[in-house]
Amino acid sequence: MARVEPSPRMTALLANIGGRTLGYVAGMGAGVIFLGSALAWAARPPAKVRLIIQQIRAIGVDSLLVVLLSGLFTGMVLGLQGYYSLRKFNAESFLGAVVALSLLRELGPVLSAFMVTGRTGSAMAAELASMRVTEQIDAMHSMALNPVKYLVSPRVVAGVIAMPLLTCMFNVIGIWGAYLVGVGLLDLGSGSYISGMEQAVQLRDVVEGLIKSATFGLIITWVCCFKGFHALPMATGVGRATTEAVVLSFVLILVSDYFLTSVML
Amino acid sequence: MIEVVDVHKNFARQEVLKGTNLTIEEGGITTIIGGSGSGKTVLLKTMIALLLPDRGQVRVDGTDITRLGEKPLNEVRQKFGFLFQGAALLDSMTIFDNVAFPLRERTRLGEDAIGAKVRERLDQVGLKDMGYKYPAEVSGGMKKRAGFARALVTDPRIVLFDEPTTGLDPLLAKSVHQLIAAMQSRVGFTGVIVSHDIPEVFTISHRVAMLADGVIADSGPTEEFLRSSSPTVRRFLNSDTSEPADTL
Repeated sequence: MARVEPSPRMTALLANIGGRTLGYVAGMGAGVIFLGSALAWAARPPAKVRLIIQQIRAIGVDSLLVVLLSGLFTGMVLGLQGYYSLRKFNAESFLGAVVALSLLRELGPVLSAFMVTGRTGSAMAAELASMRVTEQIDAMHSMALNPVKYLVSPRVVAGVIAMPLLTCMFNVIGIWGAYLVGVGLLDLGSGSYISGMEQAVQLRDVVEGLIKSATFGLIITWVCCFKGFHALPMATGVGRATTEAVVLSFVLILVSDYFLTSVML
Repeated sequence: MIEVVDVHKNFARQEVLKGTNLTIEEGGITTIIGGSGSGKTVLLKTMIALLLPDRGQVRVDGTDITRLGEKPLNEVRQKFGFLFQGAALLDSMTIFDNVAFPLRERTRLGEDAIGAKVRERLDQVGLKDMGYKYPAEVSGGMKKRAGFARALVTDPRIVLFDEPTTGLDPLLAKSVHQLIAAMQSRVGFTGVIVSHDIPEVFTISHRVAMLADGVIADSGPTEEFLRSSSPTVRRFLNSDTSEPADTL
């Protein structure tokens, strides 16, 4: 039987697919090693308390306004939509429960993580990418110092601490926003809103939401630091690293949200 | 002291170093010259393992640093100071804190001793009262001086300079050269300068090597090098632009 020679175009296509696949796998491996290194430095004393506090400020305080604003309007729109949807079933009294459970378990952690990614994660990636371009990261290596210890570990620790706190703020102001709409603008009773919430919400709902938000804090800081740290040392490297960091963070937040929810439900 | 042995380095499909061999002897200043894009900075960065060669060895005091793990590599790196092209000062710190950074992180010195040492180095580079400023608040020449102070603050045996006068006007460039020469004779470090600032850089160089087309075209004591019979060296020294730079 005659041997069939593969066409050069097919060979090139397969080589291209194989090369890209290997590149993605190598990138994922490098990302996991990077995270392991950051966590190992974070666990090694002495803790870089001053740097961690600086980063908590950068992540927490600087993102607070945007988180509060988005929380308020998310709660308000939930109140509005929830009220008219529940009224169809004469179940307006469940508004407090619906709003609180949606925010605590799902919307609070996810939306506040999106806000932090856009506000602080992008800045983090851009800052580290800029340090790569201007050889500041190389300078640390040349001083026999590991830049992951100073630039990445404090950010990862700060992300895990600050993200649940921001989520709590988002939840509180979101519940208040829905209260404003449901009780203030529409004709729902205040007692009905509060008691519905009180009966439906359990401590577990709050804790699960906070576990999610801490995980998202880890993901955002890890991905944004990784992309910034490994930016191409050229002017376009900063923009590219920032875009990739934000997009990948969004995707990983949603993917991990599904898996965390399926495990915790 | 530093031996670069048959080093090859590729970026994407471009072969920058093609079997480079060079020995940096202890003491004095060795300058590596070459055309733009000839791989001088790549060669300099392989000497401290900021870039790893694809093939070949870089030996520092006999140890091949291309195969070392992080801890032993950092022990070797403690012998070095590095002045980057743009100084590479950390934006978030003042000049004082930048210079103090390696001392705070690598030594057990108290804050008083660190302060004294940092002030001494800043004074030596002419930045006595500039320690409180941030890198963004000072000129390019001052940044270079601050970077130099940081490179020297740990008393390294070897100091690497990547294009120390790029972006400076002739007067500032001359002052940076004089500063390097003065500090070298005072502190006694082994200096390796990458530069295309010729002939000015020859005034402070004890030895010169020329990198062209990925290999060392010629090297030797400055006086001998300037009499080199290598056509590549002669063309470069005479600023003969009849051939494209990448053929030099």
